[in-house]
Amino acid sequence: MTEQLTREDLRRRVAGLLAENDPQATDRLAFLRARYDAGLAWVHYPVGRGGLGLPREWHSDVERQLAEAGAPDNEPRRIGIGLGMAAPTILAFGTPEQQERFLRPLWTGEEVWCQLFSEPGAGSDLAGLATRAVRDGDGWIVNGQKVWTSSAHTARFAILVARTDPDAPKHRGLTYFLCDMTDPGVDVRPLRQLTGEAEFNEVFLTDVRIPDSQRLGAEGEGWKVATATLNNERVAIGGTPMPREGGMVGKVAADWRAHPEARTHDLHQRLLRLWVEAEVARISGMRLRQKLAVGRPGPEGAAMKLTFARLAQHLSGLELELLGEEGLRYESGRGWEMVRPDKVDFTGRDAGYRYLRAKGNSIEGGTSEILRNIVAERVLGLPAEPRTDKDVPWKESVR
Amino acid sequence: MSELNLLPTPDEDDLRSTVAGFLAKRCDTAAIRDMYDGDRSAAGPVWRGLAGELGLAALLVPEELGGAGASAREAAVVLEQVGGSVAPAPFLTSAVVATTVLLAADATDAARDLLRGLAAGERTAALAVPFSAGSGGAVPTMAAEGDRVSGQATSVAGALEADVLLVPVAADGGVAVLAVRAADATVVPVESLDMSRQLADLSLEGAAGEVVVPAGAGAAAIDRALLTGAGLLASEQVGVAAWCLLTTVAYLKERRQFGRVVGGFQALKHRLADLYVAVESANAAARYAAAALAADDADAELAVHLAASYCGDAAVQAAEEAVQLHGGIGMTWEHPAHLYLKRAKSAQIALGAAGAHRDAIGRLVDLPAPD
Repeated sequence: MTEQLTREDLRRRVAGLLAENDPQATDRLAFLRARYDAGLAWVHYPVGRGGLGLPREWHSDVERQLAEAGAPDNEPRRIGIGLGMAAPTILAFGTPEQQERFLRPLWTGEEVWCQLFSEPGAGSDLAGLATRAVRDGDGWIVNGQKVWTSSAHTARFAILVARTDPDAPKHRGLTYFLCDMTDPGVDVRPLRQLTGEAEFNEVFLTDVRIPDSQRLGAEGEGWKVATATLNNERVAIGGTPMPREGGMVGKVAADWRAHPEARTHDLHQRLLRLWVEAEVARISGMRLRQKLAVGRPGPEGAAMKLTFARLAQHLSGLELELLGEEGLRYESGRGWEMVRPDKVDFTGRDAGYRYLRAKGNSIEGGTSEILRNIVAERVLGLPAEPRTDKDVPWKESVR
Repeated sequence: MSELNLLPTPDEDDLRSTVAGFLAKRCDTAAIRDMYDGDRSAAGPVWRGLAGELGLAALLVPEELGGAGASAREAAVVLEQVGGSVAPAPFLTSAVVATTVLLAADATDAARDLLRGLAAGERTAALAVPFSAGSGGAVPTMAAEGDRVSGQATSVAGALEADVLLVPVAADGGVAVLAVRAADATVVPVESLDMSRQLADLSLEGAAGEVVVPAGAGAAAIDRALLTGAGLLASEQVGVAAWCLLTTVAYLKERRQFGRVVGGFQALKHRLADLYVAVESANAAARYAAAALAADDADAELAVHLAASYCGDAAVQAAEEAVQLHGGIGMTWEHPAHLYLKRAKSAQIALGAAGAHRDAIGRLVDLPAPD
């Protein structure tokens, strides 16, 4: 039946949801659940999984129509890791039972997700990670330390990659799990960053028990599953739809318009160049999404993320210079106070915070250097970097 | 407002293969190189093939005038291939810029006759303004007494190939455009930075002209033509950039030094990755401009300035990287990289320099210059 749905049918379906669940009179969570069950959570997902199997680009119709009706959203900034990374991976590799159990509360925001990938000894070389998962009856016992984990302090579940076969070469001994963050062996400690805040965490895993039913993909297939997650992450970071001046460039442009007295020719030239680059990046994202409507994210997302990181850094740096004296003062009313935010919002903050936070954009989700390797090797087909440990059993490799 | 489609349609893919196939067979790099030594014999056959055999000069001409009734999207497809082979064909100057002047709403019957000739591939036209002139500026004009035109125009692109010149003339009530036979003008070839699109200086002394756009409508017609030209030149620049990237990547996969393929050195891989991002971004910008022009979208003017400023720089970056990363061979007359560098650098200046397009964006989106 979904094959015959037109965009007009979709519009009527949204209208039907709104008619049966008046957003002003319905409890927020009840509305979100009803929206999921109507297949209007993400229309490109399959029927029964919050979607209708429709083209991805039709989804913006739904968001627009619901926003106009004043419907509550699922606070995407609070649950970005679940929406952008966990969900597509569970959809691609999860069993029907796992999809049934996890996707709905993930989407409604009832269950926040985080990502337990990076470790102190495994950053760019993620496949070298050392967190161990050992078989124990119908489950696994996990021990290790993870780091750079945003949302770990609010998360109910985590996507986790752990080593299940230390005798295999590093890429082949990994397995992917869905980890319950309320397990008593999970210890989340804030990790303070250069912004003064602890948006990230260190996560210590001590004898954490994960039932085998929460393994995602086959044993030893963890690298393949994690790669899919990372490709989705790069699209999530670089390729979300935005209106013109919707990102950081809008902040600088607004400052330029508001402060004629601060304008210099140097700043003007740099602003126009960055404005052009930001707008071209926005259009490139539009083109990438039109391509993705017919396929899965590939390494092209790496290119988007490279651009996004560079622009965020240059724009926030320019903004501080444009603000002059105000740029010397840090976060009015908040300062360097150590807080643990429950969402990531780059644009809702002062320029100084954004300048510092943007430094992470070229590190998190793959450093810009690694992303250039990915583009060079997987898009352009240039020779791979020498890897001395690729075919060596992990336990014998030098770390 | 629905989103503009930035992906090629199946028809556009077919057109691309047709043009690419033709140029691969009939547009020879060695012959283009000879143009720098004064042998222009390559130019005629390539243009006769594109305009006559493939009928591409008819793309922007409406069907009722014998044209194909296609849009800027199809013209962009052709130009990407023209750029990819640095083809010495006046497609941009005749089939885009001059044609757009003649398509002005209040053009005369003479303009429509001329469009029929252009569509048939029997005529070739050039707008008699410097190739550096961009939209939004004052149009340099010649003087007319009755239907007799006198004056000069320097650095005109496409004039050497044209049999008819479209001359902006100062008239009562504004600018008019007159068509003058090229044979009635003195057309002096210019030693040009890009000899695959060689410029010419024009001199007219009482040449007979026929009004194609009446007084008062000429400035707008020319402005629209220069804007459309800049927006579609971006696709040619993408073609140039893509050739430079592909050729350089292919070479670096073969070239060995220190016992290794040099494309495996990370310093070079990272430069090529950055170049790939620039070329892909330019591609998106150029497609957006072509799609906006084709749809007569409200965003078309901004889209053109965006593509023109971005793609011009991207093509130069790609060509400069191609020369550098080819090493010594990239500096030689024999290797074609310099043909692309010369096309890219000239095109960056043509139809309004990148900085002029950025200034225009500043005005359009309310980012004014300091007082």
